[in-house]
Amino acid sequence: MSDLKRTPLYKEHLRLNGKIVDFAGWEMPLQFDSIIEEHNLVRTKAGLFDVSHMGEIEIVGSEAISYSDYLVSNSVDTMKNGEIVYSPMCNEKGGVVDDVLVYRISNNKTLFVVNASNKDKDYDWIHKNSTGFDVQVKDVSDNYAQIAFQGPLAEEILSEISQVRLDQIPFYHFAEGRVNGIKALVSRTGYTGEDGFELYTEPDAAIPLWRKLLEIGGPKGVKPIGLAARDTLRFEACYMLYGNELNDHNTPLEAGLKWTVKFDKNFIGKDVLARQSEEGTEYRLKGIEIAGKAIARHGYEIVDGDNVIGWVSSGLFSPTLGKSLAMAYLKKDYWKLGTQVGVSVRGKVVPANVVKTPFYRGSVKSKG
Amino acid sequence: MKKYTKTHEWVSVEGDIATVGISDHAQDHLGDVVYIDLPEAGKSLKKGDVLCTIESVKAASDVYAPVSGNIVEVNAGLDSSPETINSDAEGAGWIAKIKLSSIAELDSLMDLEAYKKHCEEEG
Repeated sequence: MSDLKRTPLYKEHLRLNGKIVDFAGWEMPLQFDSIIEEHNLVRTKAGLFDVSHMGEIEIVGSEAISYSDYLVSNSVDTMKNGEIVYSPMCNEKGGVVDDVLVYRISNNKTLFVVNASNKDKDYDWIHKNSTGFDVQVKDVSDNYAQIAFQGPLAEEILSEISQVRLDQIPFYHFAEGRVNGIKALVSRTGYTGEDGFELYTEPDAAIPLWRKLLEIGGPKGVKPIGLAARDTLRFEACYMLYGNELNDHNTPLEAGLKWTVKFDKNFIGKDVLARQSEEGTEYRLKGIEIAGKAIARHGYEIVDGDNVIGWVSSGLFSPTLGKSLAMAYLKKDYWKLGTQVGVSVRGKVVPANVVKTPFYRGSVKSKG
Repeated sequence: MKKYTKTHEWVSVEGDIATVGISDHAQDHLGDVVYIDLPEAGKSLKKGDVLCTIESVKAASDVYAPVSGNIVEVNAGLDSSPETINSDAEGAGWIAKIKLSSIAELDSLMDLEAYKKHCEEEG
């Protein structure tokens, strides 16, 4: 246990009776209260998440933009400073090293926000491929605390303590300024399917900011939310979880992320993806609804009679929709909405059918 | 008298019928229960067999038969209200009634005090 890392908010989680678990090498709060109540709170009001375990990697130099563009399949080059893009970062075979947010800070600086579980792998990858580019790659994860404030009331509450004009920050944009009197980077992004913000501050500023948001948000219902509800929220919105939907093997096209792959530019893995785009993929990530209440967990097989035709990447009982749902990689011929399949649940085959994704769309803004 | 297993089931015996469920400690650990894959009445089980599976938001967890015997009744109400396990694990949240095939098996189970100690040791 001694090797586990703690975020600047760790003591705050203890104070708030968070149930602490090991997540990707970090001691993180799984839940503070009932997971379903935390989930519903974010859907209807707003909740506060400590996501300081996320990694931050900075790319600086005269070729920071072109190098960032080369690392990811989505476009950094066509963005303006102050914009953010979600993108897979592929290996040469088109598999996904990680899915990242790229913040375009300036014409010679980007910030990659990466999954905690992949941070070291990402840094090695980004560092290794930088040969020949005029850039410096820095792991700056320890310089940041990150708080996500998500839910339909997030903007109204945060605006009380933000000197940054929140209504001037469109979806997937950010601004730097003062929040609660301290320097912060504020981005309108999130992982819940609701409108909201992610706040990056210096580690020491995290606890005062967290407490202030609980203090002014408390009367409106704001509470801290653990990682478990973060997962159920992202699942309903069909956002990818690395290690579940994404991995070093499956490609963004298989994962249904074609919208993040730009073939009019060069990037690592492009050849494989271009070929796959032309020939079509054998598997695709789809949403399924399971009859009854049994839950299709990660790794369960999808079957048609005696044939295995896919596998579940994530599945749970949706608190918002009251249904058992799953995301699953399915073989070609099983992609049409309404297609009947079976899920092998502990030796029994439970019927399911292909449904539309995302399962749920909350107050999240669209890019436009 | 109520007895407990190391795997966090409880048993309460009247005559030769054992009512079984999961402990309050176990439900707290599982978190919100969303589904119970209930066993069928009539099924015979040996002590340690999987009695049923409980799905919480977090995970699927097996519940083991604390005693051997025949299932004579299941708590069908859990089908529509699985959250009863969270609100009253050791009462209304009972899972099944088993007709004991060996009363002597009960001797190997723990009383409340021993069980509490066991939970503390597990951390």
